[in-house]
Amino acid sequence: MKDINEDIAWAKINTDVLRSLESPRKLYWVIVFGALAVFSVAVGCEVYQYNMGMGVANMDNPHVWGLYIATFIFWIGMSHSGTLLSAILHLMHADWRKPIYRFAEAMTTFSLMTAGLFVMVHLGRLWQFYYSLPYPNDRSLWPNFQSPLLWDAMAIFTYLSSSVIFLFVGMIPDLAICRDHLHAGWRKKLYTVLALGWEGTDRQWRNFRVTYLTIACFLIPLAVSVHSIVASDFAMSQQPGWHVTSFPPYFVAGALYSGCAAIITLFIILRYTFKFEEYMTLAILKKTVRLTFAIAMVWTYLNAVEFASVWYSHDIASKEVLIQKATGPYAIAWWGMIFCGSVVPLILAFKRFQTNIPVLLVTSLLLNLGMWLERWMIVAPTFSHGIYPWTWDHDQWPSWVQWGMVFGSFGWFTLLFMVFCKVFPSVSMYEVKEMVYHRTLASKKLEDSGMQESGKGAH
Amino acid sequence: MSKRHLLAVFSNFHEAEAAVTELRNTSIKGFDSNEDMIVKSPIEHPEVEEFLGDKPVYVQWFTLFGALMGGLLGFFLISGAQANFYAQIKGGKPIVPFPPNFVLTYEMFILGGVYITVLGFLICAGLPAKRSPLYTSKVSEDQIAILVKTDEESAGVLKAIFTKHEALEIQEEAGK
Repeated sequence: MKDINEDIAWAKINTDVLRSLESPRKLYWVIVFGALAVFSVAVGCEVYQYNMGMGVANMDNPHVWGLYIATFIFWIGMSHSGTLLSAILHLMHADWRKPIYRFAEAMTTFSLMTAGLFVMVHLGRLWQFYYSLPYPNDRSLWPNFQSPLLWDAMAIFTYLSSSVIFLFVGMIPDLAICRDHLHAGWRKKLYTVLALGWEGTDRQWRNFRVTYLTIACFLIPLAVSVHSIVASDFAMSQQPGWHVTSFPPYFVAGALYSGCAAIITLFIILRYTFKFEEYMTLAILKKTVRLTFAIAMVWTYLNAVEFASVWYSHDIASKEVLIQKATGPYAIAWWGMIFCGSVVPLILAFKRFQTNIPVLLVTSLLLNLGMWLERWMIVAPTFSHGIYPWTWDHDQWPSWVQWGMVFGSFGWFTLLFMVFCKVFPSVSMYEVKEMVYHRTLASKKLEDSGMQESGKGAH
Repeated sequence: MSKRHLLAVFSNFHEAEAAVTELRNTSIKGFDSNEDMIVKSPIEHPEVEEFLGDKPVYVQWFTLFGALMGGLLGFFLISGAQANFYAQIKGGKPIVPFPPNFVLTYEMFILGGVYITVLGFLICAGLPAKRSPLYTSKVSEDQIAILVKTDEESAGVLKAIFTKHEALEIQEEAGK
């Protein structure tokens, strides 16, 4: 099974991808209007919460974060695989990333934008968001630069802006293709501005290559630092269940895991909606699935490490929280996390399911359900079973306002993502051409040396 | 002497490479292959750099400058704010604590590096740019073009070379 058909003509690549900007399948509109309806639920909940106060969200001491911060971590995690995997695979010259990296990077951008909303929503008074910005108040007091919460604001801003830049720079040659081949109208004007006058000259390509590689090099440690910093929001506190040394790598693995699962979901949706069967091939899906399985096993291992460290540390409060997670009011969610995060991915180990689209769609959704539950199980149980006994009878079940907001965030993300895929090419045309070109050359070389016939390839 | 622009379009890299190689090896009056020749292609093709010869890239110097300045700016901004100890009594703790300050310094190092790299890219690649005197949209599809600038009287020699190497199309425009 080949990653891509090597005989595909370059002009056809342009035609197929540009067609996706104009005539997707009807399912596209169903998804867009569905997402809009779901998003409007969140808008309604936010308006209600804003008018009535945080009490309607069932927020009270000690439960001050609830689903909002759990979902914030979920969306930050979701953002990881896009840019991080794109950058790592680019540095490793894994060319199978080329047809899928564009939408994965867009996923990063929109996940971060969704995550940012939850920071504001959980404040209640939205305008107090400016407290996290690094400037002094009228008494010359600056924010606390030693607080992980401030690090978080800075790290997310850096990651969001760098990811947008990475996405945009990688898209410039494709924007020039859109400019040259689409009919006159607002789109052509937009592409003309955004393409910056790109003509594919040797000078432009030379500088482009170095720039893209350099930004990729920066983004890898940046992505790791962002989720490590999110983990520090918890690990640097003294709360039982949070003060765990392995939290940063655990968060990074969880982020990669949920991101990879989301890539599979979106891959399947885009492949059908935009008729990308020739580019988003089953061979590429198989590679993504195997990568997801490997990361799932890393996450499972880190989970076991966390449980073992808490169990054998003999820190009574932390141990109590762990027991509460498994047997207390959140037990269904906790065991659901274990099932969806560690048992369901075992399906991905079977070859026959690695290219089975209905199975993969359901599995990838379950994996992300597991990863969302993981975030909730990090945040809520510690609040309801902290060091102080007064917290012990304060179990909190989120109100419908919190659920509505979480539900609506998926609509917001889907809406942004689908609009992006309709306005900008979600498959990188110039890189698919490069992939086809280099693979054709490699095949010819093999044929010339007679190695293909004797079966002695590089693999 | 008035200059003329020519744009030759080829269907593949081999023909374009052969034409470029001949242009580089032939002495033509009023035409310097290093200065007056641009190759346009739909993909980033490493062999284009090989047959055009080594040309330096300076983007990485912008990166170095941006990353260092970002890191320094971050560190001194934070330290400057923390050193305002008349407003913030530190209670015996270090006025400028290095380990926690490293985190934001690191983020600013990356932020500066990325932003200035992109600025360097725009400057070095000459973007945003106006359209070249001659351009064909086929370059963004599947063809390779060579744009040359030469003296009026040498244009015929260049055209002959392009024709010899099976150029699909030759466009020309009087330059300045």
